[in-house]
Amino acid sequence: MTRLFTPKAWTAIFAVAAVLVVLLPTLHLALPESHPLHVSSFWITLLGKFMCYAVVALAMDLIWGYTGILSLGQGLFFALGGYAFGMYLMRQIGRDGVYKSDLPDFMVFLDWKELPWYWVGTDSFLWALVLVVAVPGLLALAFGFFAFRSRIKGVYFSIITQALTYAAMLAFFRNDMGFGGNNGFTDFKRILGMPITSPEMRTALFVLSGLYLLGALVVARWIVTSKMGRVLTAIRDQESRLMFLGYRTRSYKLVIWTIAAVMSGIAGALYVPQVGIINPGEMSPANSIEIAIWAAVGGRGTLVGPILGAFAVNGAKTWFTVAYPELWLYFLGLLFVLVTLFLPRGLAGLAATVRARLPGRPAAKDVQAPVAQEVVS
Amino acid sequence: MFQTLRLLAFALAFLVAPAWAALDPASVLPLADEDPDVRIEAIRKLTATQEPRVADILGALSNESLGLIDDGRRAVIVADGRMTDAVTGAALGAAPASFEPLMVNNRLRGEIDAALAALKLASPDAATRLAAARALQGSDNEGLLPIVQQAIDKETDPEVKGVLELSAASLALRNPDPALRAKAAADLARSNDPQVRQVLSALVGKGSDGTYAEPDERVRTAAQLSLAEINRRLFSTEIGLAAFTGLSLGSILLLAALGLAITYGLMGIINMAHGEFLMIGAYTTYLTQGVFRQYLPAAFDWYVVAALPAAFIVTAVIGMALERGVLRWLYGRPLETLLTTWGVSLLLIQACRSLFGAQNVEVENPAWLSGGIAISGGYVIPFNRIAIIVFALLVLAAVWLLINRTRTGLFVRGVTQNRAMASCTGVPTHRVDMLTFGLGSGVAGLGGVALSQIGNVGPDLGQAYIVDSFMVVVLGGVGQLAGTVIAAFGLGSIAKFLEPLSGAVLAKIMVLVFIILFIQKRPQGLFALKGRSAEA
Repeated sequence: MTRLFTPKAWTAIFAVAAVLVVLLPTLHLALPESHPLHVSSFWITLLGKFMCYAVVALAMDLIWGYTGILSLGQGLFFALGGYAFGMYLMRQIGRDGVYKSDLPDFMVFLDWKELPWYWVGTDSFLWALVLVVAVPGLLALAFGFFAFRSRIKGVYFSIITQALTYAAMLAFFRNDMGFGGNNGFTDFKRILGMPITSPEMRTALFVLSGLYLLGALVVARWIVTSKMGRVLTAIRDQESRLMFLGYRTRSYKLVIWTIAAVMSGIAGALYVPQVGIINPGEMSPANSIEIAIWAAVGGRGTLVGPILGAFAVNGAKTWFTVAYPELWLYFLGLLFVLVTLFLPRGLAGLAATVRARLPGRPAAKDVQAPVAQEVVS
Repeated sequence: MFQTLRLLAFALAFLVAPAWAALDPASVLPLADEDPDVRIEAIRKLTATQEPRVADILGALSNESLGLIDDGRRAVIVADGRMTDAVTGAALGAAPASFEPLMVNNRLRGEIDAALAALKLASPDAATRLAAARALQGSDNEGLLPIVQQAIDKETDPEVKGVLELSAASLALRNPDPALRAKAAADLARSNDPQVRQVLSALVGKGSDGTYAEPDERVRTAAQLSLAEINRRLFSTEIGLAAFTGLSLGSILLLAALGLAITYGLMGIINMAHGEFLMIGAYTTYLTQGVFRQYLPAAFDWYVVAALPAAFIVTAVIGMALERGVLRWLYGRPLETLLTTWGVSLLLIQACRSLFGAQNVEVENPAWLSGGIAISGGYVIPFNRIAIIVFALLVLAAVWLLINRTRTGLFVRGVTQNRAMASCTGVPTHRVDMLTFGLGSGVAGLGGVALSQIGNVGPDLGQAYIVDSFMVVVLGGVGQLAGTVIAAFGLGSIAKFLEPLSGAVLAKIMVLVFIILFIQKRPQGLFALKGRSAEA
């Protein structure tokens, strides 16, 4: 049994937690805007957004890096969590919408007279939280149950998950679905009766995202160091052999697949109030593939890697889309090609290699063995 | 009774109203009422006046630039920050910062569209009148009837007149007099418009409370007879048409997926950039068109034929370069290949944007591909669709011959089945890999030429097809051309037969869900390879 974290790692985690929970919020709230150390709302929102992405990258790593299942539909679970919480946010607008109606604006626009049945209860915060977990979780459970039972794996699984998110995107684009169609949900006003744009609310969401990311990291570490984690790695490396040994691999896969979906869904629910909009574009296949590259850049099969990867890629995206918008796709495309060709273990693998070559230091044991080469025919 | 009176009043208004009568400013104000029914009433009244300003007012209301000032006593139209009086059209200077335009919802918008259509019936352009007359068939505003009647009397174009008479009949179905309604229902039997059928079916159907939508027995009978006649007349045409569009969609899917069936089916390479090869093929067509327009205008009609080899060569060369430069390092790692080729697709899309701009470019149909065969019911079978079906079958035949009847094809099959053994017997496996990938990419380029003839050509062209073509290959089964063909035509037909029942988007979703379920049942697709390679 491996230790959950080394003492050094625990120290690092608590240090990061202190920065996220105490330092940055203080710098944002307590200091006047003119102060050189003031952290602007732009940065708070941006970092909050990135931390939500980082959890999705971590979830992706659990299923892809550790279990070898490449999901090209992870964005769907993220978006579903976002939509579930977005329903609550829409109800919180109350009569302050453009049409001054009890119904969300888009329903007035469609001349609907009452809420559809699946909106019932969405004005309750607790029910919204239940939906955030249950909708992505149940969908993943049902889909995974059938997919793993019929032993769909490898690229087949990837393509099918891509079709799933594509179908969901088309469905959510329809106005008749009752989720705002093209425009999705936006113009949120408040959470629990408190204004959503106030600095305090922004900071609260930021702190929650930070704590959620650290919590997710601890849970993920706990999973991969447990016995189940070893089975998952074995599934990645030699699933057939494991089955011959008597393991019901599909149950393991189903559990980790559902956990990853729920993790992504909660991240989506934290993401939506911070960016202020959710629309079907989040479900596009391109978005889901981008999640895979966050994990790949950071390093699959390590836990810190994907988190760093999500920050690095999205940081680059933020910078590029402002400074050189036309170059961003070139950069992203090259990233896909170069990372898979030259950095199969990502930044974390690069760091480990560098550390191993430094004189007088043993190679880090923490980093997993090279990513398994799948065997074809 | 009241309605008849109202009609009479309208008719009288037309007779007595002198040409210079201005619009009553008070008649515009109810447009701002809170009750949508009052607003609709106001729109109908304004339309009935047929004043020249009404089109401007309703247009402004529709695009949300109409609003009230002076505490709601005066309606103004705001464009580029300048106000004009809605009723008189007089300029009123800059709009106040507090100005808030009136909002409209979909129901109001439908009402406005019908009203604007009615006003357009006076247009001197026959095509505009025709479009307006068609738009009116779906309206339920009986108040428009006098306008339509007037237009029928004045109309000289027989086609427009026919459509107008049907519009008048469908509007007359709202008349309070049952005899008039029955006559209108009988008149509608001549129409082939699908909307007319909806109106008639609504008449004979029962509402949610169990009563008939149409209270009068005679009207129902007349509607029933008309409906039966229309259905009888159009039944075989529509079945044939659905089969044809299914075949057409199937051939498009086949062209998009055939190259993928080669690269994925035979080589096991997941090429996410496959859609971009379609896009490159389409852009090659665009360039060929430019060359012909510039240097060979006499032979312009044949540019498509010249584009075929050009597109094949361009995409095949790019494909082979991709295989040699990148993909061969990733053999045996399908998930990595998937991500890499996705990156390549992003690069190709962005390169296309840099070279040709983000807008769609214009690819013109040559004369022999434009137009079509008119069949009954106002339907047309376009020549370009027919050509694409034929073309897809020709490409399929060529690929089949190449793989099954040539020496290269033999090598390809040999490498697919047992790479090591093929290599031992002297087959240059690396060269075969390169050629196979080139062939798959080249076929995608041919598909791109075909797609350029029926749809928009833009940098994102390939993205629209990538999920669909993967679905075709997955459903058909890996390594089987026959499976790909059946899957392509099967999916095309299913989608097109579902469309009338559920709408295009829902049909597409249903097809995707069907494939996802089908794969659960038969993970190897329709035609599975037996033996070891099945465990890929």
